[in-house]
Parts: sequence; C-alpha cells; structure tokens
Amino acid sequence: MPVKPVRQTYVNTSLYAADAMGVCSALYELGGMSVMHDASGCNSTYTTHDEPRWYDFDSFVFITAMTEHEALMGDDEKTVRDISEAARQLNPRFIALAGTTIPAMCGIDIPALARLIEAETGIPSFGLPTDGMHSYLRGAALAFDALAHRFVKETEKTDALSANILGLTPLDFSYIGIEDSIKAAVKAADIEIISSWAMGSSPEDIEKAASARVNLVVSETGLEAAKTLEKRFGIPYVIGTPISGFTPDIIDAIKTADAEKRNINPAAAFIENTASVAIIGEYVFASSLCAALSKHRVNACPVCPLESRLKSKPADSVSDEHAISEELKNAGTVIADPLYKPLSKGKKFISLPHEAYSGRIFRASIPDLTESIEKILKELI
Amino acid sequence: MIRRLTENAAVSLNLGETPWPPKFAGGLEYSSPARGTWNIVHVGMLLPEAHLIFVCAEACLRGVVLTAAEMGAMDRFSMINIHENDITSGDMEKLIIDGVGDILSRLEKKPRAVLLYTSCVHHFIGCDLPLVYKTLRENHPGVDIINCYMNPIMRKSGLTPDQLMRKQLYAGLKAAEHDPKKLIFVGNDFPTPEGELRELIGFAGFSVSEIQDFSDYDGYLSMGEASAAIIFNEVAKPAGKELKRRLGIETIYLPYSWDYSEIKAGYEKLAGYLGVNVPDYSALEAECEAAAARALKLIGDTPVAIDYTLTYKPIGLAYFLASRGFNVKRVYGDGYSKEEQASYEKLSEIRPDTELWPTVNVMMRKTDRTETDYLALGQKAAYFLGTDRFVNIVENDGLYGYGGIIRLMALMEDAYKTPKDTKKLVQIKGWGCGGCL
Repeated sequence: MPVKPVRQTYVNTSLYAADAMGVCSALYELGGMSVMHDASGCNSTYTTHDEPRWYDFDSFVFITAMTEHEALMGDDEKTVRDISEAARQLNPRFIALAGTTIPAMCGIDIPALARLIEAETGIPSFGLPTDGMHSYLRGAALAFDALAHRFVKETEKTDALSANILGLTPLDFSYIGIEDSIKAAVKAADIEIISSWAMGSSPEDIEKAASARVNLVVSETGLEAAKTLEKRFGIPYVIGTPISGFTPDIIDAIKTADAEKRNINPAAAFIENTASVAIIGEYVFASSLCAALSKHRVNACPVCPLESRLKSKPADSVSDEHAISEELKNAGTVIADPLYKPLSKGKKFISLPHEAYSGRIFRASIPDLTESIEKILKELI
Repeated sequence: MIRRLTENAAVSLNLGETPWPPKFAGGLEYSSPARGTWNIVHVGMLLPEAHLIFVCAEACLRGVVLTAAEMGAMDRFSMINIHENDITSGDMEKLIIDGVGDILSRLEKKPRAVLLYTSCVHHFIGCDLPLVYKTLRENHPGVDIINCYMNPIMRKSGLTPDQLMRKQLYAGLKAAEHDPKKLIFVGNDFPTPEGELRELIGFAGFSVSEIQDFSDYDGYLSMGEASAAIIFNEVAKPAGKELKRRLGIETIYLPYSWDYSEIKAGYEKLAGYLGVNVPDYSALEAECEAAAARALKLIGDTPVAIDYTLTYKPIGLAYFLASRGFNVKRVYGDGYSKEEQASYEKLSEIRPDTELWPTVNVMMRKTDRTETDYLALGQKAAYFLGTDRFVNIVENDGLYGYGGIIRLMALMEDAYKTPKDTKKLVQIKGWGCGGCL
C-alpha cells in the first residue's frame, strides 16, 4: 500500500527551539524573572539546549511545575501565589510569564495572569501567549515587543547617527563573541550603539532606546519590536545581519534610513529565488549570507523552515522534512546546520551550525561570519 | 564571562529538627545545569533494534531530539510535530497513524520495535490511543509497537514517567516457556557488574541476563524465558508487577542499599529462591569496613555532601558514611523514598546537624557555589557547592551490595585526590550513555 507523505514528520532531523524558550532567551540578561507555565521539561530543555549562559551567568528562569490536577480543575490562584512568592524572595525588575501547550489547551489567559501578578507584587509583569507549538522566533519577538511597549521611554534623539541592535540572542548568534563583532562592525562606521536587544545591554540601555535614530534588525526576532518602535517613536529600521562583505551595505542602509526616514531591507536585492546554493536558516541571517556570497559571485537562496514574515512564501510553507527536501531539489550545495545533513544526500554540504537548531552540540565550530566568510568561500570553491 | 548572584541562599532544613518525611516549600521550580541523570530517551535507547518516535509539541520535542542527537543516535529517533490545528481538528489519531507509517516507510532499515511516545496533549484531548495502537499493529506486522509516554503533567498522578518508561521497556517481551534456571535483572540503567550477587546466582546453577547484554531484538526477547526478575531499583517495581501479571515472571526485589543487614536480607531472599544456603558474607563486610577506613584516613574531616542523582538512597549512604566517621554535612534531594525512613531516623541520632538541601527550589539559583572544600558525591552537589572534587556517577551506576560499597569507597578516594572539570562534566546529559559532547 503506498504511503502518503505526512507533513509534520521528522525522520532524523531536529527541530528549532520553541516559542517559550525564545521568550526566556530574549529577556535573559535584563534582571527580570521569566516563568514558563508548564508541567516539567521545558525548563531543563531550555537550560540544557537553548541557553549557553546558564552555567556562568545567573538569571531567574523558572517553571510553574503545573500538575494534572491544576490543569483539569484550574488553579490560577496557585500560579499567581507561587510567582508572587518567588518574586518577593528574588526581587526581579520585571516578571514575564510564557505559556506552553497545556495552558494553551486549557484556555488559560496568560496576559490576564500577568496582570494579577503585577497587582499582587507591584512589579511590572507581562504575559506572552506562547503555546509551545511555534518556534523561538515568535517567542523572542513577543518578548522584545513587550519591552518596546512597556519599558522604552520617550527620549530625545541623539545628534549623531545612532542605532539599537534588535534581535540579538544566543539562539541565533550563540555565545562566543559574535554579538561583540556585530557591535564592533556598527561602531566602526561611527554609529553609536544605544542598546542591543538583548545581549550586553542593561535595562537602562533598553529604556533609552528611543534616543536611537535607526534600528538594526539582525534577526527576525527583533522585527516586531522595530515596528513598535517605529510606531511609537518614528524610528526607521534596517533589516540585515552584518556579515563580512555585506556589512557596508548595511551601514549605507542605516545612513539612508536615517536620512530618508524609511525602512530598508538591503539583502532583498541579492536574493535569488532559484540558485545552486541553498542556505537553510533564520531568514534575516540566511538572506544576509546570500547577499554576502553574491559579492563573490555565488548565487544563493535562503531556505527558511521557520515562520517568517519576510519570506515570499506563506509562513508555514517550508517547515517539515518533505517541504525542505522539495525546496532543496534544485540545489547542488547546501549550507546548513549539520543536523540537516540527512536531507542533502547527493549534494555538497557545508556545515554552518545554528544554536537554535542543534543546541550546544556544534557550538565550538560556529563561525563568526561578521569577521569573515572565508571558510565558507573556501568550501564552496 | 561569569556573572554570579552573590547572596547565598538559606533554604535548607536541619535534619535533626525535621520530622520524617522532610518537605520543602513548593512553588516555582529551578533546573540546575547538572544534567547527568537519564531521561526517557536514554532508557528507551537500551532496547536493541528499536526506533523511538515521539508525538508532541515543538517545545517538548526539542529536549528529546537533542538528547538523541547528543547520544549520536539520530538514526534511531523520529518525531511527529503537533500543531495547534491538530488539537482542535479531532484528527489526532489519523496524524499518529499516518505519521508513523510515513516514518517507517522512510527508514533505511525496518526496526524490530517502535517505542511510540505520546504526550500530555493526547491525555487531555482524549485521543483514542487504544485505536491508534491497534491500527498501527495491524498496519505494521513484524514491528512491535510499544506504547510509551512523555506526560510529565501526570508525574503526580499514578505512575511517574520514570516508572512508566521502565515498565514499558519490557513490554515487548512475549509469553514463552519459562526456564526455571534463568533470571533477569530488570529496571537498571547500567549493567550489573561482576560481584557477589552474580557469584551467588552462578553458584546456584542459574544464569542471569539483562537488557544491556543484547545488541539484537531476539536477544532481548529471550529475556521472556526467565522465571524471575531481580529488581534493585524501587522505581522499577511496576515493571516487575507487570511482568508477573502478563508473563508470570516472579519478582525478587533486592533493594539498593548501603546497609549490611538489608543487603544480607536481600541475599537471603535470593538464596531462598535459588534453593541454596546464603554464603557467609562476613569477609566481604570486613572488606567494606577496610575500604571505608582507607577512604576515611585519606579524606579525614573534609565535609561531604551527597545528592540524589548519585544514588537512589542518599540518606542511607549518608548514614553509612557518617556512622563510620565521615564528616557528612549535606544531602541534596527534593523528596525521599519511604525506604529511607529508617536511615533517616538513625542519621538523625548520630548527625542531627546534617543539612537537607533542595535542588529545585528557586532560591537554589542564588547559591554562591564557593564551598570548594567539600567532597561531593554526585553532580548536583558538586555544582551547588562549586567543588571540583566529586564522584561523578549517576543512577547508582551498578553499585550494588558489598561490592558496590567497596567500589564507592575507591571512587571517593579517587575523587578526593583528583580534581575534575565540574563545569564540563556535569553538563553532559545522560552520563554514561556515550555521545558527542
């Protein structure tokens, strides 16, 4: 009997970090307390596979440890009480509550719970309607957007060109210094960095983000916050990851965005819809790498298995193995996380580990492409 | 970059002032970076020639797929990712049935068994799992479809996920003619080492095997011929009960213990089953005492901490060590087996100042991890104390009986003499499973 292919099946590849984990990653360094409303498992998954800072950089990330009884009978009071009690002990700057699958199924109103917690503790609190069934992109985007709504204050713009860097999390850039390279690349163009969301910035930096003249969105996790900051403070944004060779285009775009008060996605001009090289990954990063490679006469196209508002196809059109394989059909070379290798049989495969996909396994071999793409170029040739 | 919260936590209980059973305040939970304990993927992978399929939401799948990836076992692991519409559409059964069919059709080699893990979601939406399994078994003759569960929300309702996994690991065994001279060890993560237990079994003319002995499914199936299952681990008791109910295999429960009288009682029970006299173990007891004395001479009054990841009986071990002069100061654990009560009361008499520390309480995030003078028995204790002198084993690591005590004393000596890279070692998931980290 012929077997019908089933989307949503993964025979021997991985999956991306989930939305609730994206929330925790985005807010990790800001002195708050992130709580996943879940039974068990999400916390250790996050701290083991999605959070490279967990051992050395203390931050408050916890789980509510929901039980069957609480889920069936409903016990929101316990959730509010437990979180409020922990907050009294730990005194976080804010509280973020992220939902997971069972709370979503039970119809638990996460934002409403956060309001109750804020009323109980007096600590700024926000609830993020994650459900464990979307990727980290959605969760981190919701978290950054919450910061943009709740914590950024009206401030005068700087006289000189300045920028916030939005969308920096270890899920996309690991924790090996790439965030410093990105900041250095922007600073080298005499652009002051007001804040980076959210690696290496303080809550005070985030508060004064409205003084920036432009936002640079280095991964799609920062896009919603950029839109909110545009709406609230009139700050235009540029979409692109500074990658060696493509960084000058980004710098030019920042200057143009500031001068003309418009949003720019400089990588868009370089994207090939069909190319012999396919780059699997988060869309902003993958399309920026395509742009960087095009400078070396390599035509590449991004294949983004994540829900992206930027790609031309519908958000979920490329997610499972069947769809990705179809997308790779015409590619001779695949650049992707090593755990994608089973989908590239018969093709040249160039390893480009992505923490949001394979976690810590290949961290030691994640390249800093802001510094150089020579390694990839050599392998391509 | 290291950024530490410096305020030390004070959430411990004083054992002498705390009646049995000790209880810590509930509430939010913290997960420490010490990750050496095994999960349901590690245990499931013990089944030779089996393929694991998990049906869950993305947030749940992430932890298990990367467990498999870190084990280097992605060729034995697949997933069906649940989306929101699957929960509301009423087609969950079809998704699982078709999804498993799709996965099996794409594997290079058909597995002998599939461990199919459903999750909390299926429980809550009332998914007709009996129909799913019946259909899958009809659709895939020649493949044993074994129901497994990843439903942590049920951890306080009936069997825990750990108990369920250890039970279902033997669900593939089939009714067979019992060999009265054949025994099996059931429910252990690590192989049972040579020692007085195996000697006793061999002396009585019996053979014994366990799942770790087999690299093929037929070998695993041969365990169904056993007349009795020896169980050390309390959480494997439901596995024994099920083997008795389903296949008529008797259970001989010989609990992990650090107490000579309990160890000896276990051997007496086993000897009774085997039909032989229990040997005189006084020489082995003397050897244990000598090993403990040697370790004590080296370790002296160095403070010692024990955690629940090293042994299923941390209080029993604390009593064994304290009663021999070791400076046992701390025990880490969030709850204790009822089998620990007697040890708890005895420890309370000789070391009432023993501190009981939780591991998941939120304040544990604030421990300053600077108690570097400690010798830690277990990864979590090592992490919380910040010490690099620790015994790096998990899940009892086959430490059973007198031989187990002697080996642990040697491991303590080695840990005292040779510092370890705590940060690197404790973060490895499923210690002892092999892997790529």
